[in-house]
Amino acid sequence: MTTAGNLFAQQEANRKASRRLVAGFVLFIAWLGFGGDFIWYLASRNAAGPDTYSGVHIFPGLGLFLLMIAGGMAWWGYNFGATSLIKATGAREIDTPATDQERQLVNIVEEMSIAAGATKPHIWLVPDAAPNAFATGVHLGDAHLAVTQGLLDTLNREEIQAVVGHEMGHIVNLDVRLMTLLTALVGVVALIHNNAFRVMRFGGSGGRSRSRSSSKGGDGMGIVIVVLLVVWIISWIIAPLVTRYMAMKVGRSREFLADTMSAQFTRNPAALAQALEKIGGSTVKPKMIPKSSAQLCIADPYHSVWGDREGKFADLMATHPPLRERVRRLREMAYQNAGTGDSLHSPLIMSEA
Amino acid sequence: MFGFLILALVVVFVLYAVSSYNRLISLKNQVANAWKQIDVQLKRRHDLIPNLINTVKGAMNFEKDTLEAVVSARNKAISASTTGNVAATAAAEGQLTGALSRLLAVVEAYPDLKATGNVAQLQEELTGTENKIGFSRQLYNDTATQYNTAQQNFPTMLFAGMAGASPATLWEITDDGERAVPNVDLSMNTPAK
Repeated sequence: MTTAGNLFAQQEANRKASRRLVAGFVLFIAWLGFGGDFIWYLASRNAAGPDTYSGVHIFPGLGLFLLMIAGGMAWWGYNFGATSLIKATGAREIDTPATDQERQLVNIVEEMSIAAGATKPHIWLVPDAAPNAFATGVHLGDAHLAVTQGLLDTLNREEIQAVVGHEMGHIVNLDVRLMTLLTALVGVVALIHNNAFRVMRFGGSGGRSRSRSSSKGGDGMGIVIVVLLVVWIISWIIAPLVTRYMAMKVGRSREFLADTMSAQFTRNPAALAQALEKIGGSTVKPKMIPKSSAQLCIADPYHSVWGDREGKFADLMATHPPLRERVRRLREMAYQNAGTGDSLHSPLIMSEA
Repeated sequence: MFGFLILALVVVFVLYAVSSYNRLISLKNQVANAWKQIDVQLKRRHDLIPNLINTVKGAMNFEKDTLEAVVSARNKAISASTTGNVAATAAAEGQLTGALSRLLAVVEAYPDLKATGNVAQLQEELTGTENKIGFSRQLYNDTATQYNTAQQNFPTMLFAGMAGASPATLWEITDDGERAVPNVDLSMNTPAK
């Protein structure tokens, strides 16, 4: 049972890591919006005197404004993101397979949906010679799985199965929904950040007058307010970088998780390791996959930050974990699986349960 | 103050009981559903076999034993599946798996037969179906294990009776031949039967 324990333990660790990341992300966004409201409230409360509520900022307008714009962007991504992406790649849906190759792909996708206990996703074939695959769709019942022609041509059946298993992992984990949401939040922060700085450059914004009135307090409360305000403004200055960094980190932890899901479905992690090596070793440049959707693919199709770079900069820019690390983790699972004794004994142990 | 504390404890306990009960029920249904999935795939396999036999039997007249073994294993499997008994179905299907893999191995020995498009397609169908059966068994065993574990874990086990939960039987290999290490002969002799 050590193999299963190891695999499910890795899954659990990945889930925990991405839960923590998402919680941190949400808290940071809340601080950017409602934190501002809170500081505003403290400042106006301080200025208004103890017995009156006139002029006190009570309605958390900043936070709600942030939420509304993010909600709008997320709504668009929810409803149009999946199909607009697939259309952008020029993919063709496989309803009834025409060739042996397509028949095999349909069979593999059916196999993996059974292993995942999910409904079969729509299958798309992207006319691109670069081997790659991606999944999209924010609802479990309406998922889309696309593979490139190059993937079918370069990989053998087991490897295609492992790649499809990885994508099914994304689908059952609802990763597309999570990443759509995070992308919307990153987008809204960037949008407000850019506009706010433009306004400030042209002088005399509401934010500045507020800071002046709050520092008039002079007592201990006034200092607290000023410190909070400074921290808040600095948060906003670094916000685009921080949110992008966190979203990338969540995305990478979901990639690791999807790798372990594939291993769970196929019980053959070595096949995914082989597939990743083939995909990473391919020198064919993708033509149909837009750069903006690179984060959805099984591996970064643009080879930009692959393998070699594992430093801080790669942390900020890479949509995927280093390929070498992914392969190493998969091989680790595979070597433990390779012992014949293990695979023979696990059903016996399970039957005692 | 003390009464309030007791009330809070009761509320927590009730919430916990409800969630445990619901978890057990949901797992129970998942196990039933996973079992149905195996059924669907087994049916598919049974339907596929006559087709396969018809395609290869002309070219393989002298491999009658292998073909007959597949047909009889299929018939046994179909009658076992009507009983709904996990162990009996697993045993019959295990024999069918063995007979089919022997047939596929024999087909490999006939390059002419393999070259026919029909047979290549059927082979892919059979591989796909065998995989689907394997994966649906895997899903069934995983879900059943989760269900059984939930029934045995300490706080949840208190509600197992209420949820009408009983341990689910796992799908096991019952055929000793399947457990045995395969005997691979790499000498260049013509394949024996």
